[in-house]
Amino acid sequence: MRRKAVIRVTSKLLMAPIMLFALYVQFHGDFGPGGGFQAGVIFASAFILYALLFGVAKARRAAPAGVVRAVLALGLLLYAGVGVAAMFMGGNYLDYSALSADPVAGQHLGILLIEFGVGMTVAASMVTIFFIFASGGESAEE
Amino acid sequence: MALLLIMVAVGLAFAVLRNLFVVVMLSGMFSLSAAMLYVVMDAVDVAFTEAAVGAGIATVLGLATLGLIGVAREAPPKRSYLGPFLVVFLTGAVLITATLDMPHFGDPEAPIHQHVAPRYINDSGREVGVPNIVTSVLASYRGYDTLGEVGVIFTAAAGVLVLLGRTRSTRRGKRPNGDDGAEAAEKPAGKTGPTGPTGKTEPTEQTGAAE
Repeated sequence: MRRKAVIRVTSKLLMAPIMLFALYVQFHGDFGPGGGFQAGVIFASAFILYALLFGVAKARRAAPAGVVRAVLALGLLLYAGVGVAAMFMGGNYLDYSALSADPVAGQHLGILLIEFGVGMTVAASMVTIFFIFASGGESAEE
Repeated sequence: MALLLIMVAVGLAFAVLRNLFVVVMLSGMFSLSAAMLYVVMDAVDVAFTEAAVGAGIATVLGLATLGLIGVAREAPPKRSYLGPFLVVFLTGAVLITATLDMPHFGDPEAPIHQHVAPRYINDSGREVGVPNIVTSVLASYRGYDTLGEVGVIFTAAAGVLVLLGRTRSTRRGKRPNGDDGAEAAEKPAGKTGPTGPTGKTEPTEQTGAAE
């Protein structure tokens, strides 16, 4: 796969738009179809595409294991943390209306934050699972 | 209807085919036709997820798994099909009979449209203020469920890390230059861990590809 010039060039061109599209899906989920789950998978697919073309070792340098694991945990923590923050602001757990003086603004903020948390965890898990599977496959071939 | 026929055909192919590579590719095709079916039914959010997760990631993960286990063909079954076929046939017959009692697709009188859906449709604009009702249900009204889903995904990744991540770092330790390998095995989670050793494995990998 590494010597196929057409695939490499087109994929390189596509990589940035894929990530941009993922961010669009992430932050436009309130208005159109999409949200954290889809955005996370699309964002991870950019890394997976890179790993398929240039090998897991190089993709690992773009997404170091430590960073990916941190993002994996931070996403879930952000989600749960928004719930706890809502409790501290005087509401129930995950009651976003308490996050702001205006309940609707609070809902917007809460949904934006938890969707971002979902996106982080989903993207990091997909990248983690794929990298481990793929690198295990490579070492098995050796 | 054509989409359903494609899905049935692909499902039959699953049962017959023994080449696992083809089966993985067909499962991607199955997911993609399911996604198109969801679009036809106006469930774009679900279609989006199905296309991204089912057709995209699941296919790639399936291929990666095939590479990992190194089995390209499924062994032909030793026992006869008859018993399992009967069970599947009876279960399917019962399920299809049950669907006859279900309300028609899009029936406004269906129980599912009488319970909480009217509140979501009427009040979510005022209460949550997000134009996409799917998002407001998923993230706000059903926030606990979604938190649980994210927990499931996190657990899946953590499970893969614990089960398979370790074998990779012990493998590194077995490489000829023992000092570096042992060092990498000791701190696989660190930021410097992967970059150091991967820089060294790269040349051998590229020569392997050139050959």
